[in-house]
Amino acid sequence: MVRYIAGKFLFMLVSLFILVSLTFFLMKVIPGDPFMSERAVQPQIKARLMAQYGLDQPIPVQYVRYLGNVVQGDLGISMKYQNQDVTGRIAQTFKPSLQIGIFAIIISIIVGIVLGLIAALYHRKLIDHVAMTLAIIGIAVPSFVLATLIQYLFALKLGWFNVMGFSKPSDFVLPVAALAVQPIAFIARLTRSSMLEVLNSEYIKTAKAKGLNGFTIMTRHVVRNGILPVVTYVGPMTANVITGSVVIEQIFGIGGIGKVFVESITNRDYTMIMGVTIFYGVILMLARFITDILYVLIDPRIKLSGRKGA
Amino acid sequence: MKKKSWLVLMTLVLAFSTLLAACGSGSESGTGTSGQAGEGTASQDLRINMSAEPPTFDPAQAKDSQTNTALKLMYEGLTRMGADGNPAPGVAEKWDVSEDGLKYTFHLRDNATWNNGEPVTAEDFAYAWEHVLSPDTAPASEYAYQLYYLKNGEAFNTGKIKDFSQVGVKVVDEKTLEVTLENPAPYWLGLTSFYTYYPVNKKNVEANDKWAAKADTMVTNGPFTLTTWTTGQQLAWTKNDKYWDKDNIKLNTITASLVNSGATEYSSYQSGQLDYAGAPTGEIPTDQIPAAKQQFPDQFQAKGIASTYYYEFNNKEKPFNNAKIRKAFAMSINRQAIVDNVTLGGQIPAFGFVPPGIKGQTDEYRTEHKDSYFKEDAAQAKTLLAEGMKEEGYTTLPPITLIYNSSEAHQKIALAIADMWKSNLGVDVKTENQEWSVFLNNRQSGNFQVARAGWTADYNDPMTFMDMWVTGGGNNNAGYANPAYDKLIADAKATQDAAKRMDDMSKAEKMLIEDDMTVMPIYYYTSISLVKPNLKGIVVDFSGAIDFSKAYFE
Repeated sequence: MVRYIAGKFLFMLVSLFILVSLTFFLMKVIPGDPFMSERAVQPQIKARLMAQYGLDQPIPVQYVRYLGNVVQGDLGISMKYQNQDVTGRIAQTFKPSLQIGIFAIIISIIVGIVLGLIAALYHRKLIDHVAMTLAIIGIAVPSFVLATLIQYLFALKLGWFNVMGFSKPSDFVLPVAALAVQPIAFIARLTRSSMLEVLNSEYIKTAKAKGLNGFTIMTRHVVRNGILPVVTYVGPMTANVITGSVVIEQIFGIGGIGKVFVESITNRDYTMIMGVTIFYGVILMLARFITDILYVLIDPRIKLSGRKGA
Repeated sequence: MKKKSWLVLMTLVLAFSTLLAACGSGSESGTGTSGQAGEGTASQDLRINMSAEPPTFDPAQAKDSQTNTALKLMYEGLTRMGADGNPAPGVAEKWDVSEDGLKYTFHLRDNATWNNGEPVTAEDFAYAWEHVLSPDTAPASEYAYQLYYLKNGEAFNTGKIKDFSQVGVKVVDEKTLEVTLENPAPYWLGLTSFYTYYPVNKKNVEANDKWAAKADTMVTNGPFTLTTWTTGQQLAWTKNDKYWDKDNIKLNTITASLVNSGATEYSSYQSGQLDYAGAPTGEIPTDQIPAAKQQFPDQFQAKGIASTYYYEFNNKEKPFNNAKIRKAFAMSINRQAIVDNVTLGGQIPAFGFVPPGIKGQTDEYRTEHKDSYFKEDAAQAKTLLAEGMKEEGYTTLPPITLIYNSSEAHQKIALAIADMWKSNLGVDVKTENQEWSVFLNNRQSGNFQVARAGWTADYNDPMTFMDMWVTGGGNNNAGYANPAYDKLIADAKATQDAAKRMDDMSKAEKMLIEDDMTVMPIYYYTSISLVKPNLKGIVVDFSGAIDFSKAYFE
């Protein structure tokens, strides 16, 4: 187990290093700099600013310096927002994204699995058809269309919720709903198909033949095995959802990390771009890392001896 | 088996506890704001939206319109821009000007204080201005040039003079500030209401160089104090009871959401979540303007502001190095049609470069000097194009690309104009949108043929539009180089004769547009907003900058 985890961890570090390096150089390739505006900045003032932020150095020097700082845990200060450190801005804007994201994940896991289970148990019955039609619509409708639609309906027309903002508990409802629909639909379909597979498998038939009661079969065998594909999906989905959906944040006016990321690129706020990239990278890789471990824990077929180490 | 189910359970518990923690902090931060929707007319709590978070609250670092809006609430300069467009007394209660227009003596009012109760002194102004100009200030102030009017201001900023006492700012006593200018500038007094000229609290700035990074470490002297600053989410100001003119301030709080979406902003206004929407703090999407006019006829406002929307020809690149070809392009579009069908905001077709709203000698410059520099005439444009092509020896025009920064509004205009060029001149022009920084980079480095541009007044004088086109000027992206033009501008800057000044500038404008058609003016901007019917007292100045400090609900 330890070797398995250590291996995965090392892989994570290497990927992170590659990500940081690639982003750094790509970022420097895009035209523009943090001090551009409609009114051209006077050359001598621009030169002074470039020197103050260390941007007058050759790019390899900037790269080595940056890496050095990152290793010491220093992501630097924003080049757009005066005197504000990158870590602080990320921490503050990540909060709303995380809150909405976690709600959306929990709701989509619960609702998705329950829907999938019901559909599987009532296979080819009306309820199955209804659930799966809904799921297909859920997957097909882009979240921004749905977001605009529910915003118009529930906030503007019916006035049940605020159009934008993030200060009251009720402000969670619409963005969470908009974020959760697609994962719900996906999880429901995944659960259903894998449940069906499990239900038809030999060992369930054996269990039935042994005379185990239906409830035990369901909880011990069917759900447990049927849920495996969902676990694989939930990892990356979690990372995706909590890193903030730019579109959803834009529509509901939430100052989350997704907005900050896009903004930092428009502003050519170099330190901020790198900071958010590293942060995203860590989250995505951690999510994978945890998924890998969870997978081993749940799936009895994967043995830790390393023979089939996923 | 048992062990594994425990693990699953643990994971669930962990996930749930994070969720609960998240909820807790969420509701905590929610209690910070008061005066939400639905309250009657009595509540003096204003809700606005700002499409971007001000990047700074330090006047020396300010450079954009969002920061301008925020700082107008939090600071007050020597003067304050009045509703009539003239500088009114601010921290300075009165001032004397010397005969030659070079020396100003400001007398600060006794009851002007910082929000911590300390008096605002002449020293605070001198210190703030030194901070802006000092070459050691990090990061360097991009707007330092606003202080180049001061004697030796530029020399000190560029490091030619090391001693700040040689700069034209003198603290006579605690409440008297003496300012000496490099050249007499009739509009300079208005600039003392501009953010780069705001004072800062010397003691506070010296004690903490990151004083502007947090709401509770700022010391300000304006009518409002920043009390809530949630990164990326919300700003809120509360009335400053230590402000000298507090009796004329009626709002208790101002709350700004920070949402960068015109559609969301407009919906919020419709739902009653905002009291003010639109420019300059936010935006009403162009395609919603007709609906907004119809739904809120009494709340829709389109106010002309001193800004010009134009296309810049690269005067150094083929085919626009030829004046006749430039004229042909400028004459072959229908500006009224663009304003009526595309921009929809009551903009005024532009045939000059200086917009209305800018002061002339006695009246508005645009009233004194009409912008009748050319007429739209497709037939004549065709003739001019043919002549121009002959001069350059073209049988067909080289391929032309028009660039603009990505935005739906700019795109619609670009497509309409390209279409007019096609049908009136028979010329195919490719339109290309570019991301903002890429676009600026191309435009500023001369890597374009035709580019979209807009220019807003820095101060209330035609010079703010005219001196940018001198040979080698930092914003002269068109590459215009005309010694006669340069001379007119230099003369206008040197003279004290107001009539000659205006005359020189109008001659220069004629040269720029009528003779050389360096740029193609399209329209003069309007500032479009929605204002709740009972919300009064908002001041929008000539440049479109907004001051909410004296606003109130009836």
